[in-house]
Order: sequence, then structure tokens, then C-alpha cells
Amino acid sequence: MAKYDFAIAVGGAPGQGIETAGKSISQICARYGLNVFTYTAYQSLIRGGHSFLTIRISSEPVANHGDKIDLIIALDANSVEKHLPHVSPGGALIYNSDDVKQEPERDDIQLCPISYKELTNDPDRKKIMLNVCASSVALQLVGIDLAVLEDIIVLSLLKRKGQTVVDANIAAARASYDYASEHFTPFDVQFEKQDPPLAFGSGNMLMAMGGAAAGVKFYAAYPMSPSTGILHWMAPNARDLGIIVRQCEDEISVINMVVGAAHTGARAMCATSGGGFALMSEAIGSAGMMEIPIVVVNVQRGGPSTGLPTKTEQGDLWQVLGASQGDFPKIVVSPTSIMDGFNTIPELFNLVDKFQCPGMVLTDLSLAEGHTTFVPDSINWQPKIDRGELITEQGQTDGEYLRYQITDSGISPRAVPGTPGHMHVVATDDHDEDGGLISDEFTNPHKRRDIMEKRQRKMEGIVELLPPPTFEGPENAEVTLIGWGSTHGVIGEAAQLLNEAGIATNHIHFKWLYPMDEDAVNEVLSKSAHSIIVECNYTGQFARFLRGETGFKADGQIRKYDGEPFMPHHVVDGARELLSSETELYVPYQEIVV
Amino acid sequence: MARRARRVRRERPVQGAPTARDFRGDVTPDWCPGCGDFGVLNALQNAYAKLDRGNHNHLTVSGIGCSSNLPGYIRTYGMHTLHGRSLAVATGAKFANHELNVVVTGGDGDGYGIGGNHFIHTMRKNIDLLYVVMNNETYGLTVGQASPTTVIGEQTKSTPFGNLETPLNPVAMAIVAGATYVARAFSSERTQLIELMHNGMQHKGFAFIDVISPCITWKSDEIFDYWKERVQSLEDHDTSDRAAALEQAVKTGHETQLGLFYHDTSRQSLDEMEPVLENGPIAHQPLGISKEQGDAIIQKMM
Repeated sequence: MAKYDFAIAVGGAPGQGIETAGKSISQICARYGLNVFTYTAYQSLIRGGHSFLTIRISSEPVANHGDKIDLIIALDANSVEKHLPHVSPGGALIYNSDDVKQEPERDDIQLCPISYKELTNDPDRKKIMLNVCASSVALQLVGIDLAVLEDIIVLSLLKRKGQTVVDANIAAARASYDYASEHFTPFDVQFEKQDPPLAFGSGNMLMAMGGAAAGVKFYAAYPMSPSTGILHWMAPNARDLGIIVRQCEDEISVINMVVGAAHTGARAMCATSGGGFALMSEAIGSAGMMEIPIVVVNVQRGGPSTGLPTKTEQGDLWQVLGASQGDFPKIVVSPTSIMDGFNTIPELFNLVDKFQCPGMVLTDLSLAEGHTTFVPDSINWQPKIDRGELITEQGQTDGEYLRYQITDSGISPRAVPGTPGHMHVVATDDHDEDGGLISDEFTNPHKRRDIMEKRQRKMEGIVELLPPPTFEGPENAEVTLIGWGSTHGVIGEAAQLLNEAGIATNHIHFKWLYPMDEDAVNEVLSKSAHSIIVECNYTGQFARFLRGETGFKADGQIRKYDGEPFMPHHVVDGARELLSSETELYVPYQEIVV
Repeated sequence: MARRARRVRRERPVQGAPTARDFRGDVTPDWCPGCGDFGVLNALQNAYAKLDRGNHNHLTVSGIGCSSNLPGYIRTYGMHTLHGRSLAVATGAKFANHELNVVVTGGDGDGYGIGGNHFIHTMRKNIDLLYVVMNNETYGLTVGQASPTTVIGEQTKSTPFGNLETPLNPVAMAIVAGATYVARAFSSERTQLIELMHNGMQHKGFAFIDVISPCITWKSDEIFDYWKERVQSLEDHDTSDRAAALEQAVKTGHETQLGLFYHDTSRQSLDEMEPVLENGPIAHQPLGISKEQGDAIIQKMM
């Protein structure tokens, strides 16, 4: 089996079918059993503007969109102009010669002009999209059977558009494929089928699926990029899976509904991005105070304020850590890959159910909207479900019931409304063991101290269960790369590239961010060499947090805050620069601009 | 006020028909003596008793403010949530277990001010709740500022030169926004209030009662007399006629109408329209999904 690592990119204006082309090519590769990772750079527009989708295809698993582009499909003249320099030497550019009159100037790549007019019999462009013709040419160049594309055309168009449109598109695909075999030189890399065929999905889809597997029965949302993909998965699947999905008037309503549903015994979840999360803050504190288990996903985009709706950042760490007034137990976790997004949801639900507190998933656009292939059997549809000390029937306690009973663990058995014999009031005002308010008339400093300490004791139990950061690579290294959440794949690849270049590198990565076990974390950090924290924000939010929790100060930092995710070479170049100079901060330059 | 060291909320063994006593909470209300809210609390206890569904099948949800302390004074499950958010929390609770009788209580600042957005949309969605607003036209717990229902010209701590803003008309707003049971009551007219609450609990859909519940601390000493002289019951009114209901609701003049303005039995509540709830409350359903369901999902991703 030949090894290869190949990237196809599709550029054009939204509405030209970039996503469709990208999805078709990715799906075809997945059916071929090839590993795919995709990333789309786009703008906050429905039509017009410019999008650029990168599909990295590899014989080995891939976890980021890579450093190079071998083949670009330019669906409009603008894409030719913008992305001509981004084709790697030896690569190819497919473009529509009807629109691009002047031949692009690159003699180190293969130019593949196709005439939409000549390949199709559809002068009004009503039935056939240019993306179908261009995709056929691309598939021909990498040796994929046309039959697979035909299957995908039938699958994606038959229901919506009917047989006539399907036939026209298949004819155009064939004509384009034949044209390519007559006029262009295929790549040396030719894709070969491998087993098993793979499934293909986004981070948002996998988190939603993780929710379904975890037993989420109530999901509420207000649309907000880039978290909307979770709603778009939940809504159509809701009825089959027995999930109530509600779209609300605002994020405040979303989180409060989730609090109400969770208190009444349903596993409840919601997702948003930074701005919506800000609106949710007060109610996250209410879940802490009333001791109600909820899961909130924050898919970060570029901030501050409305910021960059379609771009990525890891800029909400401090917002999430500091969400809501006062001290209360909470858990913050940041999935390290698209597939980890699936597993994280049931893991977090078990923790929040056990410790009756809010749990927050902190991820970002690059992971949530990134797509990956995966082995279907790798999904565990029956994860462990532990609801903690939950009372749903009469007789689980004898007579007396105190909702906030003071215990050594800080955990008090939780009865849900509707259970006979356990009536109580939960309150956002502070309260004593039986829920009676100690906030106003009955303010009592001793009871306040007792109940505060009871709640906070739960943090001791949580911290014991959270795994320490992972350590990968050689024990003795020259440089240690440290990251958190979504950047695991790209930092891992950078470490591998550095090792191959003779710079011994290891990689420490954080998934569970809060609460942090100072000793356990310091033990891992003690293995680090010249340490470099890599993160996607301006102020080094995680570096400051880590220093605050552990006293650890990194030797250098690589920070990116231009909206685009790291590519492996950004980290490699940064590590080299920081090792060889006195500087402590490296900010990579983003070459591909959309 | 003496407070018992421990209050245990056991279900009271009910011998014969339950009475308001069976719904009395263990905490004595800390409202100012003479507050209109006492009448509303008593009426609600009577309405629960009249419904005769035991204690644990009710969930009383409130926001923040004087009147929102009510769940602590009643013997049902209770939630004392954030300021303005009670309707959203109650909606979530209703969807998690639609077999519960969910009653939301609060004040005018909580419901019409900070919670105004949820008020509109919960009515639009016709969520099956009873919402009782104790409207005293002031922010009591923050010591007497103007509220969304304070009348023009009234001097309060925040409007020392007289209120310039037009007050909200909650009854008219409810009829327009899509509530399917809309009433106004007066805390001193106990019999009518109990009847409206009891019927509101049985109504499938959003039932709303704006209760004039005078504040004796931040309003004048004659506030009860002021209202007693003005209130009169709606007569010869067709409650199924939305336009007529609105006409009654926007009427201006010396008198204030009490009673049921609008009752629409033709619209389904949102939970009735939700097929997922056909198998019973989601809170009682087994968690997770089957391997077959999972495989079907994966199949669509290939």
C-alpha cells in the first residue's frame, strides 16, 4: 500500500457549491477508506464573498488540514487570482476557462482549464453546477473511479431535484472525466481503495451524537455560529431518538430551560458561542447554587464582541473560567479532537450528574466545523452512564429528606420533582440543608460557611477523577510543546516534524482544564525541556491560567489570533525561532488569506 | 419571627378532601403584614387543594422579588430561580415532566420588566403553565422604584419628579402575544381568584392571571381602598371572542375589570404537539440510544 498525504482545495463564492463539492470529494474518499480532514475558511455571508475549503487526504490518520495544497479547484476567477500561489510545486489548478480568459502564470504546476460551456449542455447553468465538472476532473487526476461520484450525485440530488437533473449531472460528470483523461496528466499519487470504508462527520455532529449517546433528552439552542451545527443535527434526529429540541428566544432562555429540564430529571444540554455564553453566565451560576447538573458547550469564534463569526480562536478561556458571580463547583473540559468531542459529552455528563454542578465544554470553530473520517465501529454508542445519587422513587430515603444535606463528599442525594415524599425548594438565594433561605431575614454566617464549604468540597472529589494532561514523545527532548483542546492534532504533527528534523520534541496536552490538580499537573510539567505554550489567542490565556494554578512559567509562547487555525509549519517555525533567539513570543504569519 | 430549626417536607397524609392547610409550607412568609401577596398565597393553596392531586405532583416556580419568595411558603416542589427567568425554567421543567402541574409565580418587575422577553415568547409558544403575577406596580424588595406597571406621574424613589413612562397593559399584551387563558384578579377577591387559578391549572396551554396585589409599604396607606373602589367584574362578556377580550383589556376609565378576559380551547399546548412526549415524560425514559439507532446514524454519514 502506497503512503500518501495529498490535499485538494476548493475555492469560490458561497452559493457555488463549494461545500457540496467538498462533501462529495470527502465522502468519496471516505468510501475508499482514505483518511480525510477538512477545514473551510469562509466569511459571514450567505451569497457572494469567498470561501476556501481544504480537504486533506491521507493513507494515515490525519488530525489537521496540513501545510500544503496539491490541487486547487477554482470555481471562479477570484479564486484563481487569490490562490494561484498556494498550489504546491508539481500540483495542479482546475479552473473554468469560460471565466478566466488569461492563462494563469505558473510554470511549475499543471494548469487544467475546462470549459463549462463545452462540457455541459446547460447554457443557463440551471441544472448542472460547475462544481460537478470540476470535481470529476479532480477525481480523474487522482485515479478515483467515476462510478463513486455517480453514486454520490444520485444520493445527493435524486430526492431533491429528480431524475432529469441527476441524468444531466451524470452526463456532465462523464464528459468532464473523459476530457480530463484526454487532456491532463494524472498525479503520480493515485488513490487506492483500502478497508474498511469510513464514515465522515464534523466536530459539531460528533458532539451532538455524543449527547445522544449520553442520554441527552432535552436540547435547547439559539442559533449562533459556529455552534449551530449541533442544533442542525439534533433537530432532524430528535423524534427518532426521543429528544426534545427547542429553539428559544435568546440564550438566557436556552440555559434557563436547560436548568429547569435538568432539575426535573432529564439530561439536558445546550451549545452556543462566546456571545451567547456571556448571556448564559448568570444561569450557569444558578446551576452551581441550586446544584443542578447541566452541560453547556461553548464553540469559540474570534472575539471580542461579535468578533469573527466564521473564524476560530481559543479566546474564551477566562470567560468560561470566570462565568457567573461567586465561587461554585464547575468543570471545564476542552476536547482534543473531533472524535474526542463524541466521548467528552458522556464523560462530562457522568461527572456533572455525580457532582451536581455545571459542566462546560470549551471547543472552537476549527474542531467543531472541521470534518474528519472515522472507523464506524470506533463509536461507542453505549458509553457508561452514571447518574450519581439521584432519587426518583419513594422510599429511597427514610422519612426525612434534606436536599442539601451536609456530607463529607459535599454531594447530597438529589430528588427530582414528582417524586413522592421528597418535596423541597431549590433556590438561587443561598440556603441551608433543607433549602430554607439564609440570604435575607435568616442570614446566618455559620450556616453560610457550612453550606459554602459543603458545595466546594465537591471540587476535591472532581479533581481526583480528572486525568492529568497527556505526555507524548521522547522523555529527553530539546523542546516541549504545550497545548490545550482543539490544537492536539496540529501540535502533535509539528512535534513529529521537529523530531524528523532532528530537534527532539515532546508534547504535553490538556483536555481537562478545571479544576486542575496542581501536583499531578506539575509532575507532568516537570518532564518538560524548553517549554513552549501554543494557543490561539492574543494574551496567552492558558499560559496565564497554568501559571496561576501551578506556578509554571513557559520559556516561550506561540500565539495566533488572526482567525485562521494553526497549520503544522506555523508551530514548527515558531519552535525553531524561539529555540534559536532570545524572544519569548512568536506570532505565525497566515499565508492563505480568504 | 421564630424559625423552626428543621423543616421536613413530608407529604401530609390526606384524610378526605385536601384543604389549603395541606399546602401550607413550613416557613412563615416574611412579607410585610397586610401585603396583598398573602391573599394570593392563600388562594393558590386553596386552588392546589381543590385540584386534589397530592403535593408532589406540583412544581411551583418563581423568579426574584418579594412575591417570588412564594414557593418557600407552599408545600409542593419548588424552584426559586433567577430574576426574570422563571418562565424559561418552568418551560424546561414542563418538557422534562409534562405530567407535573407547573405553576409560575412572581411580580411585575420580574415578569414584565427583566423577564419581558420570556413572557412574550412563553405565551406565543402556548406552554402549558399557570402564570400568576402579583402586580403591585412597584419594585418592593429593592425599596420602591418605578416598575413597568407604575402609572404616569407617580413619584417613586427612581422617579422623584413623577413617572414619565406609559405603563404596560399585561392583560392586553397577553391576549395579543398568544396566551390562551387570560384573566385579571384582585388579591382581596379571594373566591374569584381561587376559581381563576383552579381553572387556569386545568387549562391546557398558557394560563395567565395578572393579580392586583397592592403594596402597603411603598404605596399609600389607602391603596386597598383605592382598588376596592375601582374593581368590578366583567359582565356579559364572551371569553371566546379575542377581539372583544382585547377591547375590554384596553378600556380606560375609572373602573378596572376583573375576571376571565379570554379563553381559547382550540389551540394545543406545545407539549401536546410534541410526539416525543407520547411515551411519557422524558425524565422517565431510559437514557441513551440503541446500537441499531446508532448504526442508522452512521449509515447516513457514509
